[in-house]
Amino acid sequence: MKSPSTVTAKRVLQMGFLFVAMVTLLGAGEQSSRFDELGHRLMCACGCNQILLECNHVGCSYSDRMRGELMAALDRGDSDDLVLQAFVQKYGPTVLAAPTKTGFNRIAWVMPYLALLAGLIGVGYVVRIWRSRPLIRPADAPAPVHGAELEHFRDVARKETEL
Amino acid sequence: MAQIGSFALLFALALSGYSFLAGIVALVRKDEGAERLGETARRAGIATFAVVFLAAVVLVIAAFENDFSVAYIFHHSNRDLPGPYKFATLWSGQEGSLLFWALLLSAYGLVLRVRHRTDPRLFAYASVIIAAVQVFFLLLVNFSAHPFAVMQGSLPEDGNGLNPLLQYPEMVIHPPMLYLGYVGFTVPFAFALGALAMKYPGEKWIHITRRWTMVTWGFLTCGIFLGAHWAYSVLGWGGYWGWDPVENASLMPWLTGTAFLHSVMMQEKRGMLKTWNMWLIFATFGLSIFGTFLTRSGVVSSVHAFAQSSIGDWFVGFLALILAVCVYFYVKNRSHLRSEHKLESLASRESSFLFNNLLLLLACFTVLWGTLFPVLSEWVQGNKVTVGPPFFNRVNIPVALLLLLLTALGPLLAWRRTSVQSIHRNFTWPTVAALAVGLLLIITPSSWGAPFGMRPWHDASAFYSLVTILLSALVAFTVAMEFVRGGRVISRHTGQGLLGSMIHLAHRNTRRYGGYIVHLGVVIVMIGLAGAAFNQDKEREMGFGDSMSIGHYTLVCRSYTQDDNPNYSSEWAVMDVFRGGRQIGTLYPERRFYKASQQTSTIPRVRSTAQEDLYLVYEGQNQDTGRPIIKAHLNPLVGWIWIGVWVMIVGTIAALIPNAVPLRVAATARVEPIPAGAGD
Repeated sequence: MKSPSTVTAKRVLQMGFLFVAMVTLLGAGEQSSRFDELGHRLMCACGCNQILLECNHVGCSYSDRMRGELMAALDRGDSDDLVLQAFVQKYGPTVLAAPTKTGFNRIAWVMPYLALLAGLIGVGYVVRIWRSRPLIRPADAPAPVHGAELEHFRDVARKETEL
Repeated sequence: MAQIGSFALLFALALSGYSFLAGIVALVRKDEGAERLGETARRAGIATFAVVFLAAVVLVIAAFENDFSVAYIFHHSNRDLPGPYKFATLWSGQEGSLLFWALLLSAYGLVLRVRHRTDPRLFAYASVIIAAVQVFFLLLVNFSAHPFAVMQGSLPEDGNGLNPLLQYPEMVIHPPMLYLGYVGFTVPFAFALGALAMKYPGEKWIHITRRWTMVTWGFLTCGIFLGAHWAYSVLGWGGYWGWDPVENASLMPWLTGTAFLHSVMMQEKRGMLKTWNMWLIFATFGLSIFGTFLTRSGVVSSVHAFAQSSIGDWFVGFLALILAVCVYFYVKNRSHLRSEHKLESLASRESSFLFNNLLLLLACFTVLWGTLFPVLSEWVQGNKVTVGPPFFNRVNIPVALLLLLLTALGPLLAWRRTSVQSIHRNFTWPTVAALAVGLLLIITPSSWGAPFGMRPWHDASAFYSLVTILLSALVAFTVAMEFVRGGRVISRHTGQGLLGSMIHLAHRNTRRYGGYIVHLGVVIVMIGLAGAAFNQDKEREMGFGDSMSIGHYTLVCRSYTQDDNPNYSSEWAVMDVFRGGRQIGTLYPERRFYKASQQTSTIPRVRSTAQEDLYLVYEGQNQDTGRPIIKAHLNPLVGWIWIGVWVMIVGTIAALIPNAVPLRVAATARVEPIPAGAGD
């Protein structure tokens, strides 16, 4: 006979699978959302430096045509990669709104995470050094303090308790 | 006119050069004449302001008098330009904006030099450093980007006019605010470098620097958000932030400046992070100069950038010089920057500041990296890749969420060490309340409109949006709890009402409670940003009586027409807005054609409520039918961003107000030693 904790763990696992399936399947295959998603991964080629679906450059001779091409590619049933590849071939690599994750461009994506790692190592190192510093303790039993010494302690306390 | 301006600029260069050189000699010399020489240097610095101000006034007068013999006025103004925009001509082009830089720097220098009695020696060092930066900018306007260069050949009848995108009321205040922020970081930099150079004893310099940094940070915050609001109101793409290199240039010093404002507290309270703070303020100033370089050198392409010019070489040289000077003084005097205390626990205010700084600097690095990667890729691969919003959003949104979490946790952690009981006491109810807000947003029907009826499992943006609002609620509840808890204590002692007690409390420690108000402003802004996950838009050609629906709204085209004035001609539509079958307003989206510059610009119209903005753009006209094409955007929660900024400004001002004198209880006390491992 299975223990209650095993049954609970199994239920949690099943719910987890169900959640992942929901996240994966919900919204999949909707053409308008694919148009929206891909249209935000492309730049308008007119040189206005705007995302394709956000280009409102007056008199832009590119954005309408490019949106039409994107819609036509989706109607043909092209995959996302194929659509983006076709745009790159026609308009050049600058048409992609973000670097690809291949070759040298991969560095663009990796670097922030490397910086985070380096920062964490740096913080860890600093914390280690700080924690290893000796704590200065009085040799004798504490004595009552008065006057200037008391004021000094009060100042320290005030400094350390306010933001 | 041009001769007066040119002479004023040359004279200003001579004065600031004297202020720099005489200031250095006075600091180095030990004899009795040094003090008098230092005084002449200070006065020369003050006079620099008067002369640069004269040059700026001359340029503005030239704009108002339509003096097209001055090339700058010809390129950036015209006869029919309205008065306020003629005034804004001063900063609308490369040469004028550099003169404006020099003017603001001399104004900051004036304030600093007038207040020199606060600490004459430290202020003398800071004054010399400011004079050095002033010399650089005056060299630029005298020899590389001269605002009073005269036109060759016959005089033109009219000027080219101001860029249409700049002909908007906010453009009269956005650049000055942004520049006050950029330029202002010179002052904390000057104090920091001066303190390092003279091995300033004690922490007084950090108090002075912190105050200047807060003022500057406040200006930069205003400038950035005014720019965002201008982009939203003028550019007509329905957004406010596009991760454009020029926007990024202003964000980078803001991020490091924010990190400095937090970590400087560790130096004040615990004598820690001295080296770190020094380099943070160096980096903030360096990034201000670097941002100016980015927007003016043509290194990166941007719709906001000034014309490409050779001015970039000057900036590269100046940046290298700044770095060399900073490294020299750091290496020479680094022993002066040793920390005084140890870190006693990871669950402490100190460690929250460490992680806060790590995340802010990571965000800054990501922005810098993304901005420069196209240049790097062109250099390595031979082709320029685009690094746009998908990259920045993907990397920076998780960082921003972690920062929000720290904003909730950090202020309630104690210095040195925080006990588990304290964490439990401070965070249980805010966490429960924030989770309740999240649950409410999920279980409410989506027919109420965004952000209600959220489906975080639908896509990543909805998930991030929910987490943002949830964490924002957590911060807001912790801040509210702090105010209420402190207010109750005062109320018990004084018998005042709770609201009065909370105001009294804030006045007792303006810095702490002003900081909380700033945090509250930040979370309101974040909630506004979270609304972007639910943006909708629609575009349609609209004839008389045609209608289009978006969200809860129905738009009916009542009319479309044209107009003309000396400055521009325009086409606009009259759009009636209905909600629930009832007319709630009329909007007039417009497109203008500016005659002098021969450029077109859209003027979107917005109906803003707390829940959403209805944003209409006159996209153009169908050439065959002559009917307007209208694009409608429905942008949830955008109004929160602008409200949040106001709250941030109020908080910054509150934090600058001096504290009310604390009550001092006369008592003899026996100070017990803190046992190792004790709680907060």
